[in-house]
Amino acid sequence: MVSAHTGSIPEIALTGVTKAFRNAAVAVQDVSLTVERGEFVTFLGPSGCGKSTLLKLVSGLSPVSAGKVSVNGMTPENARQLVSFIFQDATLLPWRTVEQNVGLGMDLEHAARSARRDRVAQMLQLVGLSHVATRYPRQLSGGMKMRASIARALVSRPRILLMDEPFAALDEMTRDRLNEELLRLYAEHKWTVLFVTHSVAEAIFLSTRVVILAAHPGRVAHEIAIDLPWPRTAQTRESKAFEEQVTQASRLLRGVHQA
Amino acid sequence: MRRKGILAVNSVVVFACLIGLWQAVVSLNHLQPYILPGPLAVAHALHDRFPSLVNSLLITTEEAAGGLAASIIAGVAAAMLFAQWRWLRQLLYPYTILLQTVPIVAIAPLIINWAGAGIFSVTIVTFIICLAPIIANTTQGLISVDENLLHLFLMYKATPAQVLFRLRLPNALPNLFTGIRISAGISVIGGITGELFAGSTRVGEGGLGYAIIYASNQMETSYLFALVFAATVLGFSFFFIVMFLEWLALHNWHESSLPQLEE
Repeated sequence: MVSAHTGSIPEIALTGVTKAFRNAAVAVQDVSLTVERGEFVTFLGPSGCGKSTLLKLVSGLSPVSAGKVSVNGMTPENARQLVSFIFQDATLLPWRTVEQNVGLGMDLEHAARSARRDRVAQMLQLVGLSHVATRYPRQLSGGMKMRASIARALVSRPRILLMDEPFAALDEMTRDRLNEELLRLYAEHKWTVLFVTHSVAEAIFLSTRVVILAAHPGRVAHEIAIDLPWPRTAQTRESKAFEEQVTQASRLLRGVHQA
Repeated sequence: MRRKGILAVNSVVVFACLIGLWQAVVSLNHLQPYILPGPLAVAHALHDRFPSLVNSLLITTEEAAGGLAASIIAGVAAAMLFAQWRWLRQLLYPYTILLQTVPIVAIAPLIINWAGAGIFSVTIVTFIICLAPIIANTTQGLISVDENLLHLFLMYKATPAQVLFRLRLPNALPNLFTGIRISAGISVIGGITGELFAGSTRVGEGGLGYAIIYASNQMETSYLFALVFAATVLGFSFFFIVMFLEWLALHNWHESSLPQLEE
């Protein structure tokens, strides 16, 4: 891409995207959405609305049936080195230690050992896992596994993070704490984030924009800009503005559910 | 620790009682040694014939271990091909079940007919009966990889070789060991069964199976008991060696060992 133009190219653009599966089920239909660089956009919606499918399409793991997805002006396949995917469960390799898991990508690229060691140590420090670097995943709690998964995603210095219900399996306390840590890292690294969740409060807390999807077939129903002040901390959750945004989004989501 | 001690003492006591009972039955009924030898007579035979017993044991060990090792190499290779190409799996997988259901006593004479009497033929017999559990279990492990882990490797642009060696094979390691454990047990049976048909190239010398037939024909029932004892010890040894290797390979990370949760 010509650098002079990058300012005008949206980071992620979906144009009339439809995804139908072989059994003819339509996961998403005619979705158009533009995400600018640095936005934190969360997909919220009932099951069957194609939230996860949208992430798979943006990552190129799954091809579109119709329409177009472009990532920084490229096809999703070509943009893969800009993108890191964080899955619903930590998806760590059980036979590798935490540091070996975090370094997996560099390992597969045959990166120099010293470069890998430094980068991995840096990422483990960032997510607060330095003290368990040599442990195996089964020795970690759910929250620690998820941190390791995030560290692994950050090793490649991604510009775009795709997060598919990453904290769904965690208890509320752990989830809140990881939300706060995620925003601290987001403020530092200025990624563009596409995030999927079932939790309205989590969506409002994290996002600059929330996209509410309707199901059968999956389509965009509402978009809400979240104008809560930054930096957002534990106190943000207690503010009146936060409560109002949650109430408003919940109402819209209920409408989508009943439709 | 104390519980383990009590358990060990109990095991020894039970074993001693069984041996005592055996000797008592033989002595009280004045049974002839060729009908049922007592434990003392068996111990005598074990002592007197020790060199030839060890010789038979080594021959059978060689056949069983050779067949098992060959089946692991061939079985893992076949499973890798099956995992790579679904059509190949669908085409050939039924034959591995056939391999498992064919009675070994029925085909052992055929193999000996083709390959001649001796250690090589018996190793082939062992190889054949060990193969199916290795292929079946390893294939299962290779294809049952978490979809998200495959997606992760795709995102990293991993090569097919990297997916196979860094993801599928380690994932299949616990299944492979399950297969090896099953095959290790039947490899000794395969060796002995093969020897029943293969005989020996030298009169009076051969593996445990051959020696069992020989002792039976000679009415050396005490020695027959000693041979059965040796065969049992061999089967146990194979099993424990495999268990130990499995522990070495898996105890760090696999769920089959106890978890150590810490926050």
